[in-house]
This record gives sequence, structure tokens and C-alpha cells, in this order.
Amino acid sequence: MWAFIHKLGSPKWFYGISARLQPWFWVAALILIVVGSIWGLAFAPADYQQGNSFRIIYVHVPAAFLAQSIFVSMAVSAVIFMVWKIKIADMAAAVMAPLGAAMTFVALFSGAVWGVPTWGTWWMWDARLTSMLILLFLYLGVIALRGAFTSRDSASRAASVLAMVGVINIPIIKYSVDWWYTLHQPATFTITSRPTMPMEMWLPLLIMVLGFYSFFIALTLMRTRSEILRREANKRWVRELAGEAN
Amino acid sequence: MPFLERAVSLRLQARNLACERDDRWLFRELDLDIRTGEIVRVEGPNGSGKTTLLKILSGQLADYEGDLFWDDRPMRDARESFLTNLLYLGHAPGVKAALTPLENLTWYQAIAGQPRDEAARYAALEDVGLAGFEDLPAGQLSAGQQRRVALARLVLTPRPLWVLDEPFTAIDRDGVNALEQRLVDHARQGGCVLVTTHHELTPCAELRRIRLGGGGLDDGN
Amino acid sequence: MTGTDGTLTGKAMTLTSGEPHGGLTVAFWATLKRDLVLLLRRRSEVMNPLVFFAIVITLFPIGISPDPQLLAAIAPGLLWVAALLAALLSLDSLFRADYDDGSLEQLLLTPQPLALLALAKVAVHWLLTGLPLALMAPLLGIMLALPAGSYAVLAVSLALGSASLSLIGAIGAALTVGLSRGGVLLSLLVLPLYIPVLIFGAGAVQAAILGDGVMAHLAILGALLALALILAPLAIAASLRISING
Repeated sequence: MWAFIHKLGSPKWFYGISARLQPWFWVAALILIVVGSIWGLAFAPADYQQGNSFRIIYVHVPAAFLAQSIFVSMAVSAVIFMVWKIKIADMAAAVMAPLGAAMTFVALFSGAVWGVPTWGTWWMWDARLTSMLILLFLYLGVIALRGAFTSRDSASRAASVLAMVGVINIPIIKYSVDWWYTLHQPATFTITSRPTMPMEMWLPLLIMVLGFYSFFIALTLMRTRSEILRREANKRWVRELAGEAN
Repeated sequence: MPFLERAVSLRLQARNLACERDDRWLFRELDLDIRTGEIVRVEGPNGSGKTTLLKILSGQLADYEGDLFWDDRPMRDARESFLTNLLYLGHAPGVKAALTPLENLTWYQAIAGQPRDEAARYAALEDVGLAGFEDLPAGQLSAGQQRRVALARLVLTPRPLWVLDEPFTAIDRDGVNALEQRLVDHARQGGCVLVTTHHELTPCAELRRIRLGGGGLDDGN
Repeated sequence: MTGTDGTLTGKAMTLTSGEPHGGLTVAFWATLKRDLVLLLRRRSEVMNPLVFFAIVITLFPIGISPDPQLLAAIAPGLLWVAALLAALLSLDSLFRADYDDGSLEQLLLTPQPLALLALAKVAVHWLLTGLPLALMAPLLGIMLALPAGSYAVLAVSLALGSASLSLIGAIGAALTVGLSRGGVLLSLLVLPLYIPVLIFGAGAVQAAILGDGVMAHLAILGALLALALILAPLAIAASLRISING
């Protein structure tokens, strides 16, 4: 068990295995997203209330899902790094942060675009959008903190602590914002909390969500690989690799 | 003799210690064995990692490779015992300018787990030549006098292992001689001292040198 | 060198042979007292957040409108936000002086648990920032035409909430103390985490104005404080150990 964990933690081993895994996730992401988009945008029935504008759900919801999941995976990586001192976990966390921030931005932007036909305005202090905005600030904080240190080890550990503090706070923030929203804007139309969604709308959404996840995994693998090369540039195995390439 | 009962177990060891900063090895494959009765002077040019080594050996830095042992136990398990035996004086004296020397020592006495003892504080300040300055805000004292407030802790809080980073900074010649004698006395009483300094220590039987620098290490015994 | 050898031996033996006597309680109170004395000797540092609070509150009627009805409607939020920012302002110096003069290293090297000694420092911050702000807030409430019946709740909610703010903020202060320009970064890290406290704090005052029960809000503020009391000191201690590395 321990041997396995440490093998997993070895950058060289990870570099090898990720090279083999990566294409599969790219292919899965491509297929799922293409199928999901075509199905969702062209074949799923229009919403009886919102018409065709509801179709932005196929971008908004997967992005929002991913935005939250990435923060959680980042925090889990941070714990692994802090407890077992596995550097690869920190490299993954480092590349996840900008990715998560980007996803949060996509969720916010698609929410804003959706707001135009639904509310007639680009921005409403909707519970989900507000939580997303705060999540974006949390991401920006982690990224800024990591960038502020000159020593890489301190940067990694500080960002890890902040990610852990953040992940404890995310549910608290989410529930407080939900509570705040119901207090101030009772019973208006919220964009995604729908009681029932017919199968033919729901299935393409699921496919899109899975597609986004595959995309996230593939991209994280890819970027972690380049992070490995950057950080381990002095190590013999990386030099040998570079020698081979030349 | 002081500390003699402990002499057998007072031992700080480092095995295969290495520290990397910004893709540069400060030192690597460093083996140290510091025992009772020794004054170990860490030498090396600026930037060779003297302060970093002292911080690692005093348990402040976790960013290193290799193993540390205290009393033949891994540092991780022996941390509390280690800290109750350690007195560390860093680059900065750790003296609050707005507090008087006496108040500064009060806090140090309390966090060291010592009972409140005003007489001991006065005695310690007198010992380092600060009699008459006890109740002046430390900010009004000279740099050398502030350093002496920090040095008073060597008298105030008896701990066998001293880790001193440039303790001679800003001290006048008499003070330097007294401090040097204090280090020798401490070693002779069964304590041990780990010190960095630009000041040339008078050679004596207790003194041992460790040289850092150039990424490598030659243990010049 | 005077002959203190005799006493030296005796003390060394007691120290090394058992628990440090006096122990944690003594160290906790000594740290608390030291920080109180330090701050009280530099009163301007204690006064600054209070003056800031007053000035910010003055800006709003000037910037928005002197209309008492309008001001009364937004007063709970304004008071809470301004107090929160004032508390944030003084956080940067929480560990900075100790870091600069080297006493932070010494704090880290005591055999006592760092988390609890850090808690003593946070307690001082609350006593000399959060508590005075809470006591001053009703005064500023009068200037904003805050409706009668909510003054006590304002003070209590601020007193309770600012304790959480000090604890959460201290994590940010500990993470940024080693950075030369940590001030703005500190706000970026800490403000998103302040949102739940703000929601329930301002909500309590709002509820008092509407004549609703405020106990639920105060209970939640209390729960947040309890959570922060348990978790924040650990995060602060971990962060300080990272920051001392530079």
C-alpha cells in the first residue's frame, strides 16, 4: 500500500502513466461533448417556459459542477501534499486552480447570458450566481497567494492551507447565500432548480457533464506533465528525456 | 557538574541532510553529530546556507531532505523534548521595542514554562551588563544593548542546547569576550553550542568547525 | 561570568526531566498580557480602525443621500460592512511586528502548542478592535437613522461576529506575514470567507428592525464562532510555520 502511494507520488512514474492515460480522456471528452452539444442544442425539446434559451443549461450547469468539483479536488490534493508530502499532488493542485477559476468564469458568463432572455438583465443577484462569484474570488485568492511567495515550497504549502480553509467554507458560504437569497427575493424564478426535467432534456445534460469532467481530467494531466518538467528540470531523468528528444 | 547526568543522551544528529532553494542545493549529504561539551561553529560564505541549516536544526524549517535525530530518536517523535532543551537566538533579537528589558524577559520566562521570578530577571540583565536599564523601553537602547537583552535569556533560561545565529552582532569588545567565555563555560558544563558568526572564535578544545559552501561540504575537524 | 552554575544545574534538571511547569496557562496569559500592553502603548493603532469606521460611515450619506428613510433601509448592511472593513484594516499588523523583530520565531519554538498562543494574540485583536467597533456601532447607527429597537442587536451581533472575523482574518494574516506587500492580498484572501458572518450579522439587525426573532441569527453567529474557534487556531499555527520559512 505504502509502496504504491509513493510510486504514485513519483513524478517520473506519473509522467509515464499520464502519457498513456491522457489520450483516452481527450477522446472521451471530445466524443461526449460533441454528442452532448448536438443532442442538447438540436434535438432536446424546447422548454415550455423559456423556449430555446434554456439550452444554455448545457454549458452553464456542467461548468458550475466542474467549478465546485475542481475546488474540492484541489483541496484533496492539498491535503495529500501536506500530509504525505507528495509533490505531484501539489503540482496537480497548482494547475487545477487556474482551470477552476476559468470554469467558474464560464459558469458566471453563461449565467449572465442566460439572464438576458430570462430576467431581461445581464446580472441578477441570484443565489447560484452569487455563490459562483464568491467561488471565483476564492480561486483568485489561492492563485494570488501561490504567486506571492518567492520560495516554491512555501507557496505550495500556503496555497494548500488556503485551499483547505476554502473547502471548509464553501458549503457554509453556499448555505448562507441560499438563505440570504430566499430572505431577500422570495419565490422568484431561479434558473436551474427545476422540480422535474424530462429524460430527453436530462440525458444530454448528463453527457455534457461527463464530457466536461473528462476534459478537466485530460487537461489536468497534460498541464501537470508540463509542470513536472518545469519543476524537475534539474533531475537526471528529465535531462535524459530532453537528450532523447534532441 | 552541571548537565553531566544528561551528558550521555544530549545528542543532535543529522543524517544525509540536504536543502534545496530555488533549484540550487545549499548543501547536501550533510552528516552531523553534535554532542555534549561541543561548540560547533558553522562556517561558510554569505548565502551558503548557514542560517538555513540552523533553522533546520532548530526545528523551524520543514523544507529539507534527510533525517534529524534528537537523543537518538527521530525528531518528529522527540520534538517536545527537543524544544524544552533548546534555546535559539536568531538574526533578529526578538526584543519588543515598546517593552522594557524586564518585560521582555517576563514573556520569555513565561513561554519557556519557567515560574515567574523577578530576581532571576534582574540577575540575568545584570549579568549581561544591563543593570540600570531594566525599566527603559528597549527601543531607547542601542542595538548592542538590545542584543544583550536577547543574550540575557542564556542566563535566564537554562537549556543545554544553544543554537545561536550571529550572536556577536552589534556587541562591543568586552561583551564579545564575555560571550565567548560564556559559550566555552556552557560547553564545559555539559551543554552544547551551535553557532554561526563572522567573529573569529579563540581556538579551544571544545571548538569544532563545519564548513558549508560551494554546494559541497568538507567537515574540517 | 558570574557563578550562576549552581542554579543553572538545578533548573536545567527540572526543565529536562518533566513537564514545563506553569505550562500552557502561564504562557497563554503572558502572551495575552504582553500584546495588550504593546497595543495600549501605541494607542493610535487601536484608534485607527475606530476612526476609519466613523469616516466610512460618514461617506455614505454624502455619497448616496442624506434622506433618513433611505439611510435607515440600508443602515444595517452599511454598519456591518464598514465595521468588517475596519476590522480587516488592522489585521495586517497582527503578526507583522512579531515577524519583523524575531519574536515570532521564538513563539514557534516554545514547547507550548502554537495554536493556543496564536489564539491569545487573536483574542487581543478582538478585545481591542472587534469589541470597540461593536460598542461604537450604535453611535454611528444614530447617524444613519437606524430604527429603534435594533441597537442592542447591532452591538451584540457585531461583538459575536467580529470574534469570528478576527479568527478567520488571522489565518490570512498568518499566511501573508512573510510577504513584503501582503496587505491587499490579505483582503483578497479573507473577504470571501467573511461573507457568511456578514449575512447572518446584518441579517440579525434586519430581523430586529422588522420585529422578527433574532435568536436564530445570533445562534448561527455563535455556531460560526464555535467552528472558527476550533479550526482557525490550527490553520493559523500551520500558516505561521509556513510563513516563517519565507
